[in-house]
Amino acid sequence: MSEPAITARQAPPWRRRTAAVLRRLLGAVAVFWAVATFTFCVQSLLPGDRAEMMLNVASGTLVQASKAELAAVNARYGFDQPLSVQYLRYIEALPRGDFGVSYQTHRPVRDMIAEQIRPTILLTASALVLAWVIAIVVTVTTAGRPGRLSRFIGGVQVATAVAPPYWIGTILLVVFAVRLRLFPVEGDNGLPGLVLPAAALAIPLSGFLGQVIREEFSRVLEQPFVTTARMRGMGDTGVRLRHVLRHAALPGVTLSGWAVGALFSGAAVIETVFARPGIGGLLVAATSSRDIPLVTGIIVASAGIYILANLLVDLAYPIIDPRLRAR
Amino acid sequence: MSSTDQALVFRAVERRRSAVAAFVRTLPPGVAVAALVIVLFVAAAAAPGHLQTHNPFRTDLYATLQPPSLAHLFGTDQSGRDLFSRVVEGTRQSLTIGIGATGLSLSIALLLGVTAGLAGGAVDAAISRFLEVLFAFPNLFLALLFVTVFAATPATLVIAVGIGTAPGYARMIRGQFLSVKRAGYVEAARTLGHSYGRVVRQHIFPNAMRPLVVMITLGLGQSIVWASGLAFLGLGVAPPSPEWGALLDAGRHYVTRAWWLEVMPGLAIIAFALSATVVSRHLQDRLEGRVHAG
Repeated sequence: MSEPAITARQAPPWRRRTAAVLRRLLGAVAVFWAVATFTFCVQSLLPGDRAEMMLNVASGTLVQASKAELAAVNARYGFDQPLSVQYLRYIEALPRGDFGVSYQTHRPVRDMIAEQIRPTILLTASALVLAWVIAIVVTVTTAGRPGRLSRFIGGVQVATAVAPPYWIGTILLVVFAVRLRLFPVEGDNGLPGLVLPAAALAIPLSGFLGQVIREEFSRVLEQPFVTTARMRGMGDTGVRLRHVLRHAALPGVTLSGWAVGALFSGAAVIETVFARPGIGGLLVAATSSRDIPLVTGIIVASAGIYILANLLVDLAYPIIDPRLRAR
Repeated sequence: MSSTDQALVFRAVERRRSAVAAFVRTLPPGVAVAALVIVLFVAAAAAPGHLQTHNPFRTDLYATLQPPSLAHLFGTDQSGRDLFSRVVEGTRQSLTIGIGATGLSLSIALLLGVTAGLAGGAVDAAISRFLEVLFAFPNLFLALLFVTVFAATPATLVIAVGIGTAPGYARMIRGQFLSVKRAGYVEAARTLGHSYGRVVRQHIFPNAMRPLVVMITLGLGQSIVWASGLAFLGLGVAPPSPEWGALLDAGRHYVTRAWWLEVMPGLAIIAFALSATVVSRHLQDRLEGRVHAG
């Protein structure tokens, strides 16, 4: 703890920044290692014989395999080795992106994830952008204004924040795809197919983001520098957009890193509802068939993306908030 | 003006008379409605028979997929069962799973949060790191990991949701202990020469535990949403059961023909979660002394 303080006083700014970035990077790698270890520990709790389960998953039926058959499979996949050996093999393969082989398809988990990750990233990223747009528009136009409408919108934000995305998804599907036929019912059909799933994910998130930005927005509206800007003759909209929003957005940025995790969770359900390709739907399917390597692979990979997103938010913070740069 | 006077009077009376009665009278209308909704759900869980209009398991092949009407408030499902009565019937299981998950979640959170908050130093650092690691898992994914390993049963659902939501509460509890430890009255008690154990028992613990009620109500709503999400995916309580998530799962296949099968159970989930949130926010404001009666 005392060391960074000393370097902070002596080293030139660029070196200080590099040291800070390196420290963050190391921390992220450590968390990723711990995530992989935790996942390994949980999956090792699996009851019963691994080979027997694996054969059942692969064939989709309950097979009574002989002891010799099971022993052969166990030996082939290293299930007969002590846990410590299995763990070392697992960890050692991770930097290569090697998550093992799916029980069901016998294909490398890495390839299966690589095929399906693009639609999920597209879905979560567009949902995040959409949630921000909704939250900002609603907050800038209504926060800190007296009257019923503003209070009502605040209430709507609370309500949407608790609504489950899978429910919103189904409702949107029925109203806009089945009844009004405005959008395709399911599948990955480019932009039109993306609108409803992204909205289903974005609506609860915008409610959550909106509440946080709103609170900060109302607080900042009463700050002296806002009064100063008004005294300079700036219009209300200008003040809200140029001065207040900038401050109010900060806690929202921190939340966006966190939101990546929530969006992945939501994507798992939404991809199932809309029958979209993606790692979320893949994970749900793998969970029902108990395809352990595929489940752990997707979970560890998503945790990796979450860690990366939060690392980026951390590093981007001084760029957004100049006050942090001085320190 | 008069409402403020009234609030003062109420607050004075509160100490002598029944605290509950005064508490109810100072509730804003929205919070009162939310509290009433929760009471109704608890009643539905305790005595479903009194609220049901039909037998929730009796099929009627002459009345399948009927839209909501006076005879069937929420409509009927593909076998002609009354959906309203099924939602009422499912309340018990949904609430039980929610209560179980919240109980487990808060127990883990208390164990970790209190230890970290009280011990400080290396113990705190270790627990905080551990929480950071748990946070890296998307909530639902952590739950799915447990469902994969232990097979999809209602008990797994409780464990999965409980563990999935624990890190957030643990972090809150830890923060609470840290801020209370630094409070003026704790320092004053120390200066007066009270032993560490006594300061912890008399000052730190009661004050740090105050938001627990808020967390319980908030957690209940959240864990019901999560648990029904898993059931919706077919990973928990299976469809013939009227658990809310299972109802949604069953209704999915008929959604193009019968919207009510999806909308109504969802409204039940939202009504409960929203009421829980509204009540917990009110409790939080009260505890922080920010309440304006009226």
